[in-house]
This record gives sequence, C-alpha cells and structure tokens, in this order.
Amino acid sequence: MASTSVIDELKKSQIIDLLDDGKRVDGRALDEFRTITIETNAIPKANGSARVRIGDTEVICGIKIQPDRPFPDTGDKGLFICTAELLPLSHPTVETGPPQPPVIELARVVDRGIRESHMVDVSQLVIEKDKSVIGVFADNVVVDYDGNLFDACSYASTAALLSSKTPKWSWTGDAPKLVDEDESVLPINTIPVSVTMGKIGRHIIVDPNGDEWASMDARITITSDSDGNICALQKGGSGGFTQDEVNRCGEISVRLGAKIREKLQAHRGSQ
Amino acid sequence: MGGRDTTMVLLDENGVRCDGRKIDEPRRIMIKAGGLKNADGSAYIEFGDNKILVGVFGPRDVHPKHMSNTDTGILRVRYHMEPFSVSERKNPAPSRREIEISKVIKEALEPAVMLEKFPRTAVDVFIEVLQADGGTRCAALSAASVALADAGIPMRDMVAACASGKVADTIVLDINNEEDQAGQADMPIGYMPSLEKITLLQLDGILTPDEYKKCVDVGIAGCKIVYELQKKALYEKYFGKGDN
Repeated sequence: MASTSVIDELKKSQIIDLLDDGKRVDGRALDEFRTITIETNAIPKANGSARVRIGDTEVICGIKIQPDRPFPDTGDKGLFICTAELLPLSHPTVETGPPQPPVIELARVVDRGIRESHMVDVSQLVIEKDKSVIGVFADNVVVDYDGNLFDACSYASTAALLSSKTPKWSWTGDAPKLVDEDESVLPINTIPVSVTMGKIGRHIIVDPNGDEWASMDARITITSDSDGNICALQKGGSGGFTQDEVNRCGEISVRLGAKIREKLQAHRGSQ
Repeated sequence: MGGRDTTMVLLDENGVRCDGRKIDEPRRIMIKAGGLKNADGSAYIEFGDNKILVGVFGPRDVHPKHMSNTDTGILRVRYHMEPFSVSERKNPAPSRREIEISKVIKEALEPAVMLEKFPRTAVDVFIEVLQADGGTRCAALSAASVALADAGIPMRDMVAACASGKVADTIVLDINNEEDQAGQADMPIGYMPSLEKITLLQLDGILTPDEYKKCVDVGIAGCKIVYELQKKALYEKYFGKGDN
C-alpha cells in the first residue's frame, strides 16, 4: 500500500522540481482530479455494487443487506459497516494475511466519512426494536493501485449504496421473515464526497497518484455532505499543515466535492 | 453439494436443462487476457454468472526466504472470494474450502508451468472471485492459465477446466449452481489438451463405472471448448481481433 510503495529518489525529486514550477508529473493542475469513471451494478448478485476508477486506481464495492442483531446500546438503529481490502493482485508489494495498519486506517476513514454524514438512514432499518435490524455491509476491494485509495473506496461505496435495493423483512415473534423480495431503495439522507489532498514540500495537490502518494510529506482527507458542510476529516503522514493550509483544503474539498457529487447522484436508484 | 432436492425439474423430457441448455452445452464463457496495470499478467473470466479476476506476479524473490527452493521455482496460489460474491455475505477471512481450492488449483497448474527454469523464485497467482455461481474452481483455473501465459511465464501447455456431472440420471456438461445443489454428481476436470493430461480431478456424488468414464469424457470435451477460448483471449490481446 501507499507507505510501502517504492519510489526512487530521482522520481521524487522530479515531482518536487515540477511542483516548484506549478506542474505535476502527469500534467494535471494542482487542484485537478484524474478521470473518474463510475460503473454501477457491476456485481448483479450483490444488493448494490460499483466499480470505480480514478486514473489507474480501481476499486470494486459490493453491498450486502441482511438481517442482523443490533448493538446492545442502539437497538433502534440498523447497522452500517464499511470495510476495505487491498487485494494482492493490486500491487506487487501487497501481501496476503491480516490487514496492515494503513489498510485498517483506509477502511476506517472511508467508513467514517459515510457514517458521519448520516448518508444511510439507519433509523429506518429496524425490523423489531432491540431484537432484529437490517445490516448494510459495504465491502471494498482494491483491484489496481495507483494512489488515492481513500477517495476511490469512498466513491465506490457511495455509488454502490445509491444503486442498492433492499428487501423487506417482518418480525414473526422470534425471527425476521422475508416478506418482500421486490426490493425498495435504501433510505438515503445525503451524498458524502471525500477529497484527498497531499502535501509535497509547500505544495498542496489534489488526488495524488501512486508516485505522488509515495513522495508526500502529509495528506488530508476531507468529506463534505450535500449541504456543503464538512462531516469527516483525517490527516495522515508525518508532515504537518498550517492553519491556512487546512482552511484552504476545506474550501477545495467542498468545491470539488460538489462536482463529484453530481457524478455520483446520476447513479441513484440506477439498478 | 447440499441436499438432494428432487422437486426441481433439472432436465425435461426434451433434454433441456433448468437454465435452457442442452446436456452437452456449456454456459456462456467470456475470457479476457490482461486488464490489470500492476500485475505482471492478468485475466478476467465470465463463466455463466461467475465473474473471476486473476493476477500473476513473478518470477520474483521469495518471501519468506525459507520457502525458496534452490532447484526450482515455486508456484503459490491464493483462491479468494469477495464478501459480496455469494448470496449471504461471506466472512472475508480465508475459509477451509478456499484453502483446499487454492491447493488443488496450484497442483493443477504446476505440471504446466516450467518452474525449473527459475530456481529460488516464486510465481504468485492471485484469484479473486467477484461473483460465484457454481463451478468457480474450473473457471478460476482456466483464467489462471491465461494470466500465467499473459505474464510471459514459459508453459508446457495451458490448463483448461470444465466440470461435468450427473443430473436427473444423465451425464451433462458444465454443472451450474442449481445442478450442483440438487444434482447427483459433480466432477470438475482440469486438462492440458495438447499434452492430453488431466491435472485437476475431483468428484462428489455417485456414478456407476460406465457413468464415471462417460463423465470424464464429457468433461474433457468441455475443457477443449474452454481451451479454444483461452487461446482466442491471448490472440486478441497480442494480435488484435481478427481471424484466429
């Protein structure tokens, strides 16, 4: 993953030299995303799914919706759980086995962005209070790696959720019973969009590619909702940001997020 | 295999199966060579409703080092299903079933790959089942062969795979999920058509000695169909579409 990618010093100094002239290795503007493609219903057997590409980074997300037990302290809410995994075929340095800390962070940041925006209205996902609720699992798998997995997983999850249909269950006294295979759309409140920025030297760049990712001093992922409010944030990497930079990153995230939200919105109920 | 449900009509009086196929007809098969940027070789297969992605790395250094062999290269295979690939969400951790399938696929590929040319190295094959619908191991093995060839790894032959089985007392080609659940026997076969060698063979279900022979025969015929599609996929990637 990101922190283990190997980049030679020459490439890194080239990236920095170009940035000093206001340019990037792949010719993009500093606040420009790579091409984003979103394909929903890639896995027809899942309740919702999406295949998202940001440049050469590719992520597949599948949604599974099934009855589950509620958490003891939130018996009046359904579950939303988001995971992310780097498949070993996504990059030569990825190894099998238990997930490494960077991948655990990835899954948690993606989960938090969607959860904190209250995108999925979990209060409507209750079959019987305190006994049975509907669980929504968004499982992301990274198929090809070229930087910025945070946004790729986030868009894949969001697009997959927007295209999801949920079956209906009723409570029979001791167990949930499937009553309606004729699926309805998931209760959706808002569309969260994350924007990840990297800091290299004194420059802030949007959507770092794999080489840029490996050269970064620090990064920041800011998620905004449909109202243009910021709902989740994660700073990473061993460098720091000034207050002014953090403010600027917030503005960039809301501005670019609005454009990407339009792309995601097009997949609402698309199944 | 599960319960032997006899209520479902698996084969009607005209010899048409539950999904409309004839007894010797495979499901729709689409194989694509390449597609992944970071992998040294890759392939994607759609076999009926199965959707499987395979990436190959190597020959490369072996980690952990003690696994390396000074006389030959080693082949490592991981067969893995995504949590969303089956009806009920699957725990992402590898199951005993996945570990066994990884092993039989590895042993099916080993005779094909000229590992002795790369001592002290490993060739890693990563199989990701995006959607499963019965017969994943055969589809995965067929795609893995194409991905190995795409990685430029010297091979004696490609392994093509297809299952045969017994449904409603009839030997049929390419068992689907319903036939696997409710049928009488399932026999996955991996076969190197040019070398005429079977490298994967499993069976669950009961067959008479005659049915057994018939089943192998039908399965190999299926492998030969898959083999042509494997060659076509490689041809299309390296020589463009056109007459093969």
